[in-house]
Amino acid sequence: MGSSSSSLNNVPDGQQLMQETGFSAAHLLRLYERFKFLDKDNRGHLRSEDFEAVPELSENPIGDRIVGAFFLPGQETVDFSSFVRVLAHFRPTEKNRTRAGAQPEPANSRNRKLKFAFRLYDRDRDGKISRTELLQVLREMLGMQVTEEQLQSIADRAIQEADLDKDDAISFDEFRKSLEKVNIDHKMSIRFLE
Amino acid sequence: MERFALPAIWTKNGVICMTFVLFLCCTTGICNPNKPTPTDSTNLETAILLPDDPEDPQAYPEEEKGDNLPVFTMDYTRIQIPFEFTLWILLASFSKIGFHVYQKITIWIPESCLLIGIGLIVGGIMYSVKEEPPAVLTSNVFFLYMLPPIVLDSGYFMPTRPFFENVGTVVWYAVVGTLWNSIGIGLSLFAICQFEVFDLQNINLQENLLFATIISAVDPVAALNIFDDVGVNEQIHIVIFGEGLFNDAVTVVLYSMFAFVADMPAIDSVDVFLGVARFFVVGVGGVLLGLLFGFVAAFTSRFTNKVWEIEPLFVFMYSYLAYLVAELFAISSIMAIITCAITMKYYVEENVSQRSCTTIRHVVKMLATVSETLIFFFLGVVTITTEHEWNWAYILFTLLFAFLWRGVGILVLTQIVNPFRTIQFTVKDQFGLAYGGLRGAICFALAFTLEDNINRKNLFVTASIALILFTVFVQGISIRPIVEYIKIRRTNKDLNTINVEIHTRTMEHLICGVEDLCGQWGHYYWKDKFKKFNDRILRRILLRDTRSESSIVSLYKKLELQNAIELLDTTMGDISAAPSVLMEASRPKKKFLTGDIRKMHDILSKNMYKIRQRVTIILHIYIIFPLQNVSKSLKYYSLQPGGNLDSAFPLRRRSRGELLKEDHLQTFGASPRSSSRSLIPMTTLKTIKEQGSSGAPSSLSVHPLEPSSGEHHLDEGFSGPSLRGRKAPVATPRRHSSNRDDEDEDNGFSENQAAGAEQPPPPQGWVPEVRDPGANEAGNPLLRQSAHGSQRSWRT
Repeated sequence: MGSSSSSLNNVPDGQQLMQETGFSAAHLLRLYERFKFLDKDNRGHLRSEDFEAVPELSENPIGDRIVGAFFLPGQETVDFSSFVRVLAHFRPTEKNRTRAGAQPEPANSRNRKLKFAFRLYDRDRDGKISRTELLQVLREMLGMQVTEEQLQSIADRAIQEADLDKDDAISFDEFRKSLEKVNIDHKMSIRFLE
Repeated sequence: MERFALPAIWTKNGVICMTFVLFLCCTTGICNPNKPTPTDSTNLETAILLPDDPEDPQAYPEEEKGDNLPVFTMDYTRIQIPFEFTLWILLASFSKIGFHVYQKITIWIPESCLLIGIGLIVGGIMYSVKEEPPAVLTSNVFFLYMLPPIVLDSGYFMPTRPFFENVGTVVWYAVVGTLWNSIGIGLSLFAICQFEVFDLQNINLQENLLFATIISAVDPVAALNIFDDVGVNEQIHIVIFGEGLFNDAVTVVLYSMFAFVADMPAIDSVDVFLGVARFFVVGVGGVLLGLLFGFVAAFTSRFTNKVWEIEPLFVFMYSYLAYLVAELFAISSIMAIITCAITMKYYVEENVSQRSCTTIRHVVKMLATVSETLIFFFLGVVTITTEHEWNWAYILFTLLFAFLWRGVGILVLTQIVNPFRTIQFTVKDQFGLAYGGLRGAICFALAFTLEDNINRKNLFVTASIALILFTVFVQGISIRPIVEYIKIRRTNKDLNTINVEIHTRTMEHLICGVEDLCGQWGHYYWKDKFKKFNDRILRRILLRDTRSESSIVSLYKKLELQNAIELLDTTMGDISAAPSVLMEASRPKKKFLTGDIRKMHDILSKNMYKIRQRVTIILHIYIIFPLQNVSKSLKYYSLQPGGNLDSAFPLRRRSRGELLKEDHLQTFGASPRSSSRSLIPMTTLKTIKEQGSSGAPSSLSVHPLEPSSGEHHLDEGFSGPSLRGRKAPVATPRRHSSNRDDEDEDNGFSENQAAGAEQPPPPQGWVPEVRDPGANEAGNPLLRQSAHGSQRSWRT
């Protein structure tokens, strides 16, 4: 730990980030390396062009949404701490963590993960996934494979299944409920390399 | 369905039935001249029993000497073998029926136990009349005829996604676990043999190891029946499943190695290396062979659409070939057939018609069930009739060590593999895995294949039988209450909601993207790579129609199909219930045309046709109407108020779950919810396949502003009957689900049909059903463009 913490000093807000996000020093270092790699012009922050420069991400059907999730509303750049904070959502959940009541919910809790996924759909942040938003995501993911009618039907069916208060949109609670049997930790975790 | 309302009577019937059949089969067995006992006594007994045999009519042809034409003859020996074969199968199947009379029996006692029990009884009867059962559990018959259907069934219905997610774990348990078990049990038994008091001195190490290999083969057949009934979570299920299937590779190698070595006086270290090399040859060879046959089968199925009658045959022939060829080379035939089935299934099910698909699945299941039933049944029979050598010490220690080593093995292996897993095995899971290590018929058949020159062979056979019976009965019966008591995580298999599928897909994309962002490889990397390879190369070669279908869409189709079929089933099944009542119960607010149940199908189809026609009429109107305003930008539609259209066509508040299209069409783009939706009828329009008949030209002619490709788009589609015979089950529910809401509107809209005048034949609503690959290349890019076009214009 000694040597890594000394190089951890190069990482801005290293210690605080470690505590906040639960990443280990080694993880954080590696993420910092990656951040610097993405930040080609060495500005200290990332812009959306830097994200789009990652080739696989541009091929990803929901790539632009993922990129958008890193930017806080109204901001044009992502600094390292925001970068890490977003990535903290993808750490595997630790089961044994007991937290004092005052501590904020850790980023990688099931609820936070679900909220992250929810925000991918709900771009206008109104707290509901409307049919349009669902259709957009479906269109992006299914693309050329389906006809418009099928998309409509699928969206209809999805809303029919999940919508409990019949407002023709999926709220976060309904979203969470529809996924209650899914092991979110399994589906939304990355084993970060060191 | 209270036809079985009086269990007492039915049981009585059942009992009578079964005794009848039992008696039948005993006489059948007795009439079997293929047994080694002297034939004189056979004939004698045959002659004696002949009058009692209810099957054969009372005729004594041998008494009819003379030159008159025999009016009635009987030649039993000619039909004997198939006849007995059929009777045995019938007997086993009757017992299966009999078990389900009392639901409660099958809950507490697994079917395998019951079958073995019946087998024991029949075996007892046969033994008491000093007859031999048919030689079914000999090595060849078992391995060449009875085992392949079961393994094919396992491979065909293997849940591929959980399997590939857990493939490392499965292989780990299969290979290392079996090795651990064999060597552990072998060594411990050898240690026991050293004690003089047990009279086991003459069993050397190799023989012990050989025996241990035989009995360490966990049999998925037995275990999974029970686990499926209990419904344990997927992880355990797939691990036991995979372990049982894949330990065959290890068993084959170890078995041949130890058998070979048992002849030799000493072991070289070279042999150990050769053993490892052989293991790879066996395992990997099996997989490669299976892949080869799987791809050839998939390729063949590409061309079979004209010979749909024999389409299912190819599946069976190729998998059986894979099995036999693997047996030829003494590589793992089980792995070959499984790999073949997995590979084949994916492509074949896309190539063949719905009917063939159903047939294949049904036949696979049927063969497997028959085979399995017979195996357990004969296990019971043969238990009584073989020669046994009983040695308390050896057998008890076998049971003990088998249990012990499995438990310890699972524990140790899990500790090693857990850190690499995202869903880790809890202690309860491990207990389930260990306790679920039942042995079955493979173990038994392997014991029978032991060379006769191995001394104490009978002891080994007896010990294997004892182990099998113990595990199946004791563990099998007790596992259910134990699992329920310790509350192992149960499966949540009904995750098949569209929501879950969509969100899971999104999450997968998300994780993929984040991993790419972080510069990491995850397992999605390989999945993606494979998917790209699959899409680019494999699908083009192996599929007749290479439109790829996302899992979301196929799941959606499957669900709708199920819905529709359930709907039809409930109505067809009960003639007395008025269809309207049933329909209302399942879909409130629906009115249906009443009619005979017999004509329910037709009625539904006709309704669908009508609705389709109405839909197209409306589309005609819609086409004509907005296109006159096409000079304005597309934004016009997004702002269209519901006002002036409402008067003409009542805005119907769409009920839950109905398709959007009808709503759109009826509200004509007026959307109370969001403006973008109105755009959708425009794009819907483009994708509706309308036949270029008299009705259509009016719409087509109004399309000068559509790109010519749009017209092309409209012209494509079905040229034949829209409900192609073999597509009917899939196409029908499509329409049914999309239009069920509109049947009550049928009357209301009939006057609108006048506006469109012509009635074009109903178009196929769902593109993928229309097997028209030529049009798709033109179609899809258009879809993309039009969709994007409308999107872009909406966003501005």
